[in-house]
Amino acid sequence: MKTFLKYLVLGVGAIIFAYPFLWMIASSLKPESQIGGLGLYSPDFTLHNYTQVFTRIPIGRAFVNSLFVSFTTTFSVLVFGSMVGYALARLQFAGKSVIYAVVIFTMTLPFQLTLIPQYILMVKLGITDTYMALIAPTLMTAFSIVLFRQFFLQIPQALIDAARIDGCSDTRILFQLVWPLSRPVLITVSILTFMTSWNEVLWPLIVVRDRALMTLPQLVTLFTIGGEAESLLGLELAAATLLALPVILAYAFFQRYFIESMASTGIKG
Amino acid sequence: MKLFPTSERPRHSKNRTGYWFVLPYVIFFGTFVAYPLMFSFILLFHRWNIVTPMEWVGLKNFERLLRDPLFFKSIWNTIVFLFIHIPLQIVVALGFAVLLNSRLKFRGFFRAVYFMPVVVSGVVVTILWQQLYAYDSGLLNRLLVMMGIDRVPWLINPDVAMPSVALMATWKNVGIYIILFLVGLQNVPNELYESASLDGATAIRQFFRITLPMLNPTIVVVVVLSTIGGFSLFIEPYVLTGGGPMQSTLSAVLYIYNQAFYFGHMGYAATLGFVFALIILCVVLLQRKVIESESTS
Repeated sequence: MKTFLKYLVLGVGAIIFAYPFLWMIASSLKPESQIGGLGLYSPDFTLHNYTQVFTRIPIGRAFVNSLFVSFTTTFSVLVFGSMVGYALARLQFAGKSVIYAVVIFTMTLPFQLTLIPQYILMVKLGITDTYMALIAPTLMTAFSIVLFRQFFLQIPQALIDAARIDGCSDTRILFQLVWPLSRPVLITVSILTFMTSWNEVLWPLIVVRDRALMTLPQLVTLFTIGGEAESLLGLELAAATLLALPVILAYAFFQRYFIESMASTGIKG
Repeated sequence: MKLFPTSERPRHSKNRTGYWFVLPYVIFFGTFVAYPLMFSFILLFHRWNIVTPMEWVGLKNFERLLRDPLFFKSIWNTIVFLFIHIPLQIVVALGFAVLLNSRLKFRGFFRAVYFMPVVVSGVVVTILWQQLYAYDSGLLNRLLVMMGIDRVPWLINPDVAMPSVALMATWKNVGIYIILFLVGLQNVPNELYESASLDGATAIRQFFRITLPMLNPTIVVVVVLSTIGGFSLFIEPYVLTGGGPMQSTLSAVLYIYNQAFYFGHMGYAATLGFVFALIILCVVLLQRKVIESESTS
């Protein structure tokens, strides 16, 4: 009886968290008049809403923009973040503790403080409405540096020393010796950075007005609130599904990594 | 803790490589953190719409802020949000974590499902909940009517709108806290429960005397992250309500956004950002102090 109750609560929980998504996907495939229903199935499933979304907004282009921005950001955060993390963990140089203090300081800064002046910086640099504006402020993140530093501290010094004796430069040591040993932290930083970048919407709304450069979440947001969807639920849900699907698919395959990575963001607090 | 002795550092690490490795970050920090920070201090004392030249106004931005009902409204809205969001989040997350922390079939499946809203974009979640919350045709009200309960004016009643946003935010974020509590629960030593059972403590007593105190660090994390989240709300009110009805869902960041990009008041928007950041830092420090002192008393 007790076990039954437990499974019942867990099952109801699963329905509460999963059903809205299933309903969204199912409804996006229904004709507008049938969307109000609670159920999932309709005999009249159609791709009409999707073809409409594709003809009304440049959503394909936005998808490519988002991919480009997220991949570039992730790549940059991995390369530069690991370089700084490696220097802080493994190299000796004057001012090292200052740099570490700066990283920690940056991590505790609420973004509300720098939002407006960062936008003004983009205006002054003349790069609003460019990919550069979307990418530049997240080229490096303090949190990734801290994660890399923590991980690199645990790599045996003997390995690094051996490579040095063989005449390897620190650049080679980092990318050819340390990186292959650092899969867990590389995966964590990749997932966190990619997801944050993919889902970010406030910054794109601020620095990009040109439709051709808009990211996927930005375009979908403006489509929904800007009247282009003409309050047609089917279109809004189809656009939302297109935005959700890549992440849900990635999540389905790499679920464990997602959960572990996201849990590590909480542990820092 | 160092795994290996580092007393004899090889000569090579004394070279300049360290500088080369941190140089990109120093440039990045200077450009995208330090410069904006300094510029924000200049903005605090100016009126500026980006197009015409800056105008020195002294402390006028702060005077204006103290007399700005919308500033206080946005703080009040955040308080309402946190007042519902934080307890709800702790209770729901802890409940599911305790259920999941036992021998179960499909444990991984349940965990994965509860976590799903965390990874999906807030835009998707908000568009979806806009349909769930709709007064006449929304899924939730249809369900209520089926059960013979009156419709709830989720987003159209000013007293209900912010709690609705808090409920949605809980649905989106609770998965991560389930995982954090689960990790916390697995770190509670089993001996504690064993000796408590020997002393005849009931399961409920054990929960309040052992489990909860041991989970204190996790609770601090939930409270702090939720607070930062409350002050960072943007896309939810932006899409769901536009800050209405009657400004009841106007959040801190939405207000900064409106002042900067709707009215073009850059100086005042920067002042708002500055004050909100101060409030966040103070509240978070205070929360840590309070919760940590409670665990020791």
